[in-house]
Amino acid sequence: MRDRLLIFSGLLVFVAGAAFPMWQGIAAKTSTRGPDLKLPANQKACVAPRSYMRAAHMQLLIGWRESAVREHRLRYTAYDGKSYKVSLTNTCLGQCHGSKEGFCDRCHSYVALSPPYCWDCHQDSSSGPATMASATAAGRTP
Amino acid sequence: MKITRKDFLRIAGGSMLAAGGGKFVKTISAAAQAPSAGPGSKSAAKGGGTTAQRWGMAIDFEKCRKGCDDCIRACRLAHNVPQIPDSAREVKWIWEEPYEKVFPSQRTDYGRQDLAGSRLPVLCNHCADPPCVRVCPTQATWKRDDGIVTMDYHRCIGCRYCMVACPYGSRSFNWFDPRPYIKPVNSQLPTRTKGVVEKCNFCEERLADGLLPACVEACQQKALVFGNLNDEGSAVRQALRARYAVQRQPELGTGPSVFYLV
Repeated sequence: MRDRLLIFSGLLVFVAGAAFPMWQGIAAKTSTRGPDLKLPANQKACVAPRSYMRAAHMQLLIGWRESAVREHRLRYTAYDGKSYKVSLTNTCLGQCHGSKEGFCDRCHSYVALSPPYCWDCHQDSSSGPATMASATAAGRTP
Repeated sequence: MKITRKDFLRIAGGSMLAAGGGKFVKTISAAAQAPSAGPGSKSAAKGGGTTAQRWGMAIDFEKCRKGCDDCIRACRLAHNVPQIPDSAREVKWIWEEPYEKVFPSQRTDYGRQDLAGSRLPVLCNHCADPPCVRVCPTQATWKRDDGIVTMDYHRCIGCRYCMVACPYGSRSFNWFDPRPYIKPVNSQLPTRTKGVVEKCNFCEERLADGLLPACVEACQQKALVFGNLNDEGSAVRQALRARYAVQRQPELGTGPSVFYLV
């Protein structure tokens, strides 16, 4: 048993090395908790079951895009028979999720996905329509 | 009855030819009858727009007031059209051009003096045979069944063939992010992004709600008349019946849906 010290210190180094991901996680202060989403306050159900939306919201959105832009079908009938206007800004955000920052972005950044380029054109707030009066005011100011 | 081998082959071959030929003729005739159009056509028929429609506009020279830009401002607001000061990079849906540029072939030596130098509103003509649609390599632009030449900005790759093809300059390219130039922003509708071409869409989203286009609604002089060109009772057809009307460069064969009442 003269090698006891050597064996145990070797074992210790091995365990420490094997557990490296855990040490690293603790050091970087990560947690196993999911993203902290801001859930819709006044809506319980989405246009599709939650599990489907989690897995396939991108397919649903592409389908909405094709049907609205190319086929000009502006209403979507959900699985429960409810009818929704096909609109990312006004329905997804405006009616339900509120803001992209509190919902879309948090999950996307949690899974280290770059935000999709939807938002280069689509607006992430639906704070009400601009009016002709405000346009006139802005148009006349030099 | 005895059939020789030669007769049998003859009958078998002949019947095979007849069956194959019938199928061939059927396929050919079906292909000839099918409407040859992009993805827009099937849909519009399905999605509410009647096929008997062709939206059009008449612009009244007499009523259009000098110096007034209500229609242009209404359009900017309705569709988040940016105001870019650089004329080489500007984005135009409805805008003003001098009479000589709107009708370059109508120049006469002693024409009406009040027309010379006057400025007219111009916009996409929503042609019956749009050259921009023909050249688009991705079918990002197409003509709907109701005559509106529309865009799918998702599919536009920014190649600008359509801008070259359009004889009226009705298409604009986004050289940079237009958002800083949009004031105020209409949050109900999207903006465009860098690298896509954009154009007037005859306010298709307003038409779907039963409203007139924003420019028509904004014109206090009622110089813009809008309606279904295929409906004899529509406002635009009444205006065209009552007055002498010209289209922009009709000799090109594009069939503009925008008319100017002289």
